[in-house]
Amino acid sequence: MRWLWLDRFTEFQSGSHARGIKCVALDEEVVDEYFPGHPFFPPTLIIEGLAQLSGILVAEHFDFKVRVVLAKVNRAVYHRSARPGDQLHYYAKLENTQSEGAICSCTSHCDGQLQAEVDLMFAFLDAKRFGVESMFNKGDLLTMLRLMDLFHVAVDADGQPLEISPNL
Amino acid sequence: MAYTDEEIFQKVREALEDALGVDEDEVTPDATLVGDLGAESIDFLDIVFKLEKSFDIQIPREELWPEDILTNSTYVDDGKVTAQGLEELKRRMPWADLSNFEENPRVQDFGNLLTVQDMCSYVKAKAN
Repeated sequence: MRWLWLDRFTEFQSGSHARGIKCVALDEEVVDEYFPGHPFFPPTLIIEGLAQLSGILVAEHFDFKVRVVLAKVNRAVYHRSARPGDQLHYYAKLENTQSEGAICSCTSHCDGQLQAEVDLMFAFLDAKRFGVESMFNKGDLLTMLRLMDLFHVAVDADGQPLEISPNL
Repeated sequence: MAYTDEEIFQKVREALEDALGVDEDEVTPDATLVGDLGAESIDFLDIVFKLEKSFDIQIPREELWPEDILTNSTYVDDGKVTAQGLEELKRRMPWADLSNFEENPRVQDFGNLLTVQDMCSYVKAKAN
């Protein structure tokens, strides 16, 4: 199973914000087996999907030169569960950056209603402590981003189509 | 914008409560961030983000955590900060109370130096 909890990027502006969608299906093991008899998408995986959306937003802002990891979930509020058939509309806003990390505020909407609000903090792996090895095999991240249609929608800060970074 | 000492303490306390999950009455001026409030390295990044937002300031990492001094052989000898290093620390961190640290300036103890009051003094110097 691939650890991809975002189906598609739908909007991406470098250094600003990103949007994406996640479709919840009954044939997903995590939906079917999480709470037998009452299928819903695990809230923790909504955090993971929002972290993937905003993690790419952060990494791209630094031209993929930093290794971005989710360090803290500062806030997570759920207003309703996500059930099979739902399409979750994820939004992530890059709020602030430091040389060691970044914070993003995120939301999930379903049927036009606010479904979840999540604030995330990311840290960049320190080469002194964690070495310099990439978190991905060569080309894997680029493949993943292409699968998610990132380059169909992504624009740079000037609104021009985002070029594929040589660091990917 | 100028803040009163009380306003600064309230905002710093809120940031620490939120970042560290501690209770309001634990955040006293003398409490150390690491020893008393249980801050871990990743929490410092969170605290910086929260203080930047609360006070609309920029906090360069080296101002709060002078690792470049603590890892510089010019300023450190046998695991202790030299007199020259202490002078450099005081110059870099005029808002911090280094008196206890000066008595036995082991580099390994530096991480547990900062108190809530130090954070308030730092923010006061930056924001006012």
